[in-house]
Amino acid sequence: MAKADAQAGRSSDRQRLISGENVRRILQTQGILIAFILFLVAFSLSSDRFASFDNVSTVFRQVSIIGTIALGVTIVVIGGNLDLSVGSLLSFTTVLVVDLHDKIGPTGAILVMFAAALAVGAVNGLLVGFARLNSLIVTLGMLSAIQGVTLIYTGGQNVDIVDQEGTWFTFFGRDFLLGIAVPTWIFLVLAVALHIVLTRTTFGRRVFAVGGNPTASAFSGVRRARVVFSTYLISAAATGCAALILGSRVMGSQNNVGQGYELLVLAGVILGGTSLLGGSGSIPKTVIGVLILGFIQNGLLLMGYPYYAQWLVTWVVIILAVWLDVASKRGRLFTTTS
Amino acid sequence: MTPVAHHTQSELDDLKAKAPLLVLDGVTKTFPGVKALDDVSFEVRHGEVHALLGENGAGKSTLMKVLAGNHQAERGQVHLEGEAIRVANPLEAKKRGIVLIHQELSLVPEMTVAENIFLGSLPTTALGIVNWRTLFDRAGRILDQLGCRFAASDKVDRLSIANRQMVEIARALVFTPKVVVFDEPTASLTDAEKVVLFDIIERLKEQDVGIVYISHRMDEIFRLSDRITVLRDGQVSGTLKTAETTEDEVTRLMIGRSLEGRPAAAPGAIGEVALELKGLSCGDLFRDVSFSLRRGEVVGMYGLIGAGRTEIAETIFGLRTPDAGEIRVHGEVVQIASPPDAIRHGIALAPESRKEQGLVLGMSCRDNMSLAQLEGVSATGWLDRGAEQAIYDEYAERLALKSPSWRTPVVNLSGGNQQKVVLGKWLSTRPEILIVDEPTRGIDVGSKSEIHALIRRLAASGIAVLVISSEMPEVLGVSDRILALYHGRLAAEFDAASVTEDALVQAISGM
Repeated sequence: MAKADAQAGRSSDRQRLISGENVRRILQTQGILIAFILFLVAFSLSSDRFASFDNVSTVFRQVSIIGTIALGVTIVVIGGNLDLSVGSLLSFTTVLVVDLHDKIGPTGAILVMFAAALAVGAVNGLLVGFARLNSLIVTLGMLSAIQGVTLIYTGGQNVDIVDQEGTWFTFFGRDFLLGIAVPTWIFLVLAVALHIVLTRTTFGRRVFAVGGNPTASAFSGVRRARVVFSTYLISAAATGCAALILGSRVMGSQNNVGQGYELLVLAGVILGGTSLLGGSGSIPKTVIGVLILGFIQNGLLLMGYPYYAQWLVTWVVIILAVWLDVASKRGRLFTTTS
Repeated sequence: MTPVAHHTQSELDDLKAKAPLLVLDGVTKTFPGVKALDDVSFEVRHGEVHALLGENGAGKSTLMKVLAGNHQAERGQVHLEGEAIRVANPLEAKKRGIVLIHQELSLVPEMTVAENIFLGSLPTTALGIVNWRTLFDRAGRILDQLGCRFAASDKVDRLSIANRQMVEIARALVFTPKVVVFDEPTASLTDAEKVVLFDIIERLKEQDVGIVYISHRMDEIFRLSDRITVLRDGQVSGTLKTAETTEDEVTRLMIGRSLEGRPAAAPGAIGEVALELKGLSCGDLFRDVSFSLRRGEVVGMYGLIGAGRTEIAETIFGLRTPDAGEIRVHGEVVQIASPPDAIRHGIALAPESRKEQGLVLGMSCRDNMSLAQLEGVSATGWLDRGAEQAIYDEYAERLALKSPSWRTPVVNLSGGNQQKVVLGKWLSTRPEILIVDEPTRGIDVGSKSEIHALIRRLAASGIAVLVISSEMPEVLGVSDRILALYHGRLAAEFDAASVTEDALVQAISGM
């Protein structure tokens, strides 16, 4: 068996790019991308406005907040853990940056906000990485803890920026560069940066190794705790970037603005095809996953459905995506012994 | 349980002579690009132990999966007691009396033994509630029949591996089996536990059950089996009567050639001391262990499971902290607090469990190989893919790794090739001290001798090698010196050329 494989592999490795084997591999690994393209085509045919530049750039801007957070969470998930604290961390950091803006100025507000985000990420990372606690419990606890901290901080009041005209803070949420919204830039630039980190650095390789098999990684001299710790810092920093977009766009914040975001973010990550078991996945996958979420919402609105129809459709799409992924590995839709 | 109770012995003999219990006739199964089984015919008679042998990838597991209903053959027929059957899924196979006892245990550790035995068919009362009394009674009876010394109400997670295997067998007996397939049943058993297992196999034989016994261990096969069928590249290369054949003949059928004898050490190649342990202790695991390892030397460490062998290796490699004693590398006392420290001192450990400790199974061969020295291939934190590829190319070549390509996930390789990836990973760190823990566990004979020859070559190139093994032929065959461990202490040290098997056995059992 191995011999036949070896021969087939060697000859097809570089020379025969369009062999049957490669086509199958592409279908298997890029299934979600193909689904995405079919999806776009279907929507474009049913609505004239759908494929317009304005509409597409609106969708990108709309998904930029969830997308930015999802990039960080993707790295945590590839490392074999979950981060459910991002939703309430988004609330907290947005409240913080908006509130401090008028008190200590935009630069100071941004610095303090990122410091606070990283502190939260560090606590998550210490508990999951070094203390080896279950990440679901740690970050679920952190979710409610930060909610509490946010309410204590605001005393239950909403916060806003008084002088909305005289500050450069509007840049992150409202401005355009080269015709593209700054939130979209933040999302895409961070995506490229984190993609490079994951695929081109030793740290990225270690994240995959630790997520794939923590024990074997330890036996290979990979310091698991440090790697996990770093993934939580990245996730928290990405959430900080999202807070920057959100705070700047609204120039104010409710103290529960990020509620439920953790699940939307996770939906995007899963939809893209990053495995919750850890050890596999990628940033481009998450970008596509998040865009699918965004385009579903947008497409349904354009077709005249109420906005809440998207929840049902999103669920169906996620189940289909996960199911097709499992079925293609298993070779059949259902198990034999059910 | 005893389907033959109504027959006299002579009637029974007639029956056996007439129709074999299970017959596979011309079974063919192909996977995309590979003919896994090619016209395989195979039979098991009543009360017979039929050993099935073959290298990894020869088709043994596929054959078993066809029998157990996990795969469907596209050609050929299966007859059970003269009747042609088609098995669509594992449950149906069990109902027909064909049970497979898996290599990997599939028990629920938090449940009791009884619940595990009847999992999926728990006896219930009229209301659909579990009838605990019946459950424990029936489970207890099966355990008695097997001669088990634990209770049906014990939790599985408190049982030893061997006893868990017993539960697995008990589970098979619920279905009144006609054919029981054992897949590498002794891989994780101690010698004493093996005796119990062999006893049970004998008892099943007496009850006229047909047994298919898959193993890599020649001694077991020759001890237990009545006939041996050897598979090679998906075809039957021969069926032999055990009493009329030799290990050599079986090996030839399996790999198509004879194995070379003991690879000889290059004389005079042994140099200065590379690693020295002085009074190393770690809790209850091992006490006051002192020995040295020289360049160019292979030292075997032999002992029962639980004697502290693996724990000593893990301590040297920085995975455990000793509470007393010192480790010297090239004469200098070193502090090894973590695997990266060990790697920096030129120590490498190919661990006991390939899949759990040795490899990231979903990762490619190349990425696994470079994992232990990411700093080595990239001082700046950026991956150097050229350097990684060079490592893969070099060690895939040197170790004769059979893999479709560098990007193949290691999970798709056979056991022997997986072990080569582990070895490649460590050799590419250019270690001066190499520890290999059970280097050939679960590996077929052909790859085994390749790995033994490799260990000798590595020593000849000046590396100090410590081989931990629970297989006596391996320790005897590959080592220059042998350390015998008993209950966490170094019981004796032998020269491999002059030691007798008896002396070794006595040393590791504390006599």
